[in-house]
Amino acid sequence: MTETPLAAPLNVGFDYTRSTGPVLGRFVNALREHRIEGIRGSDGRVHVPPVEYDPVTAEQLSEFVPVSEEGTVVSWSWCPQPLDGQPLSRPFAWALVRLDGADTAMLHAVDAGAPENIHSGQRVRVRWADDAVGHIRDIAYFLPVDAEDTTPTEPAPPVAEREEGAPVSVIITPVHLRYQHSASPEESRYLRGLAEGKLIGQRCPACGKVYIPPRGACPTDGVPTTDEVELPDTGIVTTFCIVNVPFLGQRIKPPYVAAYILLDGADIAFLHLVLGCDAQDVRMGLRVRAAWKPREEWWTSLENINHFEPTGEPDAAYETFAHHL
Amino acid sequence: MTKQLTAVLGTGQTHHRAKRADVSMPGLLREAIDRAMADAQVGWADIDAVVLGKAPDLFEGVMMPELFLADSLGATGKPLLRVHTAGSVGGSTALVAASLVQSGVHRRVLTVAYEKQSESNAMWGLSILPPFQMPVGAGAGGYFAPHVRSYIRRSGAPEHIGAIVAAKDRRNGALNPYAHLRQPDITVEAVRKSQMLWDPIRYDETCPSSDGACAMVLGDEAAGDAVDGGAAWIHATAMRTEPTTFAGRDQVNPRAGRDAAAALWAEAGITDPMSEVDVAEIYVPFSWFEPMWLENLGFAPEGEGWKVTEKGETAIGGRLPCNPSGGVLSSNPIGASGMLRFSEAAKQVMGRAGDYQVDGARVALGHAYGGGSQYFSMWVVGSEKPS
Amino acid sequence: MPDVAIAGFAKAPNVRETPGTTNGVEMLVPIFAEVFAQTGLSKQDIGFWCSGSSDYLAGRAFSFIAAVDAIGAFPPIHESHVEMDAAWALYEAWLKIKMGEVETALVYGFGKSSAGQLRRVLALQLDPYVVTPLWPDSVSIAGIQARMGLEAGLWSEKDLAGVAARGTGKDVAELLDAPYFADPLRKHDIAPITDGAAVVVLSTVERAHDIVERPAVITGIEHRVDSPVLGARDLTRSPSTEAAGNALDLDGVDLAELHAPFTHQELILRTALGLDPSVKINPSGGALAANPMFSAGLARIGEAATRIHRGESRKAVAHATSGPVLQQNLVTVLEAR
Repeated sequence: MTETPLAAPLNVGFDYTRSTGPVLGRFVNALREHRIEGIRGSDGRVHVPPVEYDPVTAEQLSEFVPVSEEGTVVSWSWCPQPLDGQPLSRPFAWALVRLDGADTAMLHAVDAGAPENIHSGQRVRVRWADDAVGHIRDIAYFLPVDAEDTTPTEPAPPVAEREEGAPVSVIITPVHLRYQHSASPEESRYLRGLAEGKLIGQRCPACGKVYIPPRGACPTDGVPTTDEVELPDTGIVTTFCIVNVPFLGQRIKPPYVAAYILLDGADIAFLHLVLGCDAQDVRMGLRVRAAWKPREEWWTSLENINHFEPTGEPDAAYETFAHHL
Repeated sequence: MTKQLTAVLGTGQTHHRAKRADVSMPGLLREAIDRAMADAQVGWADIDAVVLGKAPDLFEGVMMPELFLADSLGATGKPLLRVHTAGSVGGSTALVAASLVQSGVHRRVLTVAYEKQSESNAMWGLSILPPFQMPVGAGAGGYFAPHVRSYIRRSGAPEHIGAIVAAKDRRNGALNPYAHLRQPDITVEAVRKSQMLWDPIRYDETCPSSDGACAMVLGDEAAGDAVDGGAAWIHATAMRTEPTTFAGRDQVNPRAGRDAAAALWAEAGITDPMSEVDVAEIYVPFSWFEPMWLENLGFAPEGEGWKVTEKGETAIGGRLPCNPSGGVLSSNPIGASGMLRFSEAAKQVMGRAGDYQVDGARVALGHAYGGGSQYFSMWVVGSEKPS
Repeated sequence: MPDVAIAGFAKAPNVRETPGTTNGVEMLVPIFAEVFAQTGLSKQDIGFWCSGSSDYLAGRAFSFIAAVDAIGAFPPIHESHVEMDAAWALYEAWLKIKMGEVETALVYGFGKSSAGQLRRVLALQLDPYVVTPLWPDSVSIAGIQARMGLEAGLWSEKDLAGVAARGTGKDVAELLDAPYFADPLRKHDIAPITDGAAVVVLSTVERAHDIVERPAVITGIEHRVDSPVLGARDLTRSPSTEAAGNALDLDGVDLAELHAPFTHQELILRTALGLDPSVKINPSGGALAANPMFSAGLARIGEAATRIHRGESRKAVAHATSGPVLQQNLVTVLEAR
């Protein structure tokens, strides 16, 4: 009973499309042309990158000021093992760089080669991306002023479609994160049961209700639901809908019936599919049985049940499941 | 120990659209904030604290956005909070903001809620599947449709009730210059013919996905007294939570909503909500939630909410206009929708609701819910101070 | 307005990796039981519940919802949530008691940082247009801040090692012998990855006297935020901590629990709060011993309160931080009454 909980990767990603608005739009369009513009704040400081709203007064800013592509390292730290997506994949320095003409420093990378080759106060220059599209990464990284351009820069981020001749007004930032997701001990036992074709519910010691899938704690009592109960793969449909709409991330082709299935002996229904009959023939109270996938396709998931299908038995009386709605 | 009297001094919101491609996130927020501060006739120096609310960070791909937004919120140097209670967040954010004044800690608080969900895709954000799960879920509509079916079965409501709500809310939206969907000519028949998305919910009965923001300035009694034309005084607030699912849970008429409403009416001194409330802005993202919430909130006995809708009582001019602003069915920037309900209620009792003003509105309800119908937040505001 | 006191505190074991899930239930259930046993309260006695956590630690939207299972939230409860360190959830709960809405509150925070790559995920807290797309990690940014202070003569590498030595029992020379992890930071300068959870029980002072012999009364609580623009402010100071501290009475503080995930940040905070050398700093070990994200700030408050409960402190200051390089800070003063 002390098996390690199941774990699997969970990758979450989207290429976010960010509309820039007027200030950042002007900034990134200038970058595409290898120019850098800052903006003057209420206290006279020139901010690079420009800020839309003043840090002191919160007022909207609008006075743009061109600045140099050369500047000074204000401070730095060494990054010996770059992470995914960072400006360089070989060791480099992160730095705050104050471009000539700016009063604030911008955070970026310096391709110094080694920590001995960078110091605060050092003069650096922009290394423009080979392919500038209107994005902060058009500044690929910085180099010491006298250094030659180093190897080709990373590919540009994805670019949003826009009309011929129109300025860039959307930047795309892919955000892809990797997680290791683990199931709870209770959920793991349930999933391992599914891998063997079993439906294992858990009874709360306080209220006596049988939960499937199990929870880390009974939601009404807050105590672990540790007593296992094996359940049959038959039950009823309590309620359902017919999904007609396709959407991003959907895995099953519509139309299909998404139904709450209350297994015989369980005190809570779970969502699954009803197939094997016309969607219009599915009813609240319909008696159903699981249709399992072939055994060789089984793994630790409720997906082992491909769908539920009508058994042909008479429907359950409404009164017997009305309290589950 | 009583709470300090607190008032809504002013409100503001953005033009809600599928994609606000003309602004950045700070720009979107400031559109609502600048309008709210102008409506409240306050400047930055008058604001003591800022409370931001929005729904999951994943929609915009920014972690804890109050941090990068601090300057644009005028919050730098001040206290700043960020509330997140799923779809009810716009409402609970308003309640947290109110508590800053009700506790006597601050005099004037700016509160704002937003979503710029076009930066990703709301259905994607709502459908991310952890490992081992069965991929059955079909977004919010797919989640709620089975429970709508249960309501229809339980109440015996005729199938066209949802269409009455949808047509009404969209026509109301056409009176609201900020609404995303504005359909002055939509009819019940047209709604009934629209495509079934998650049977029994049809296309025209479904909220849009909107970019938008809503802001309010709340103030103490002295600030409320100074409002031109009268402030909206907070008479009562309530919030309740229950687990998303548990054995025997009533998914149609959740107890958390009933308990919150009971506490709300008790605090407001309201014993007959249908008679004593002049207008209700309630969170109806799918049309059938109007009759469901009428029952949950105590405006109608269980099983009879649909009759109120069918009789036309929830239309402007009816006994209890619901969502004269067009509601969530007309604009749904998820994080902001709850605050829109709260602020539209305030606008009604301040007489600032323009073409959808309910005549003589003196007591109004703002309501929000979130998650699997498990988070409820609500308030009652009035044109007079609570007695 | 009633005064509010801390009447109980419990924390989950701080571990490098919990076998539990990202929704925190496995870490929370035992510490709810512990704090109820400690205080003699039950869930029915709690007037308001408030939590702090982040979806980005779990990789899922609405990840805080499943945590509510740990409560047993039926009959329905009065509950709220901030997507911030639970120290700010404590602030929200403090308001509820102060305004007379409830008499007791339970605040909890949790986070499983080990599920993802924390220092990369935290890049998402930065400006999404011009900073996050470069994916600067939290350690590198802190390293820049540390170097600014080193080069300005505000602190030395030895001073930083001194902060770390206090927690590890190693000696400074030994620590300085270690190689850089991210020049100028060494491993001992950086908080570890920790999975954990914490819970604090608040009540009116009157009620607290029924629960604990020496309640830790919150005599002041303030929080402020600084500009997010890293290159536009002096990173060697924490203006928001100074502002919060200035709004409080810190005279006579004998103990401070400071939420400093980097050694140099402890020095910044000590200066910002004007703490003299007589103040005992981080008897709990602070974030450098264990940094369970989203409960570490709450735990500082709980740890300070515990020392007051035990009679080890008469007046303590506790601090919590949120965001990159001390952008947002909460400071609270607790006193024995």
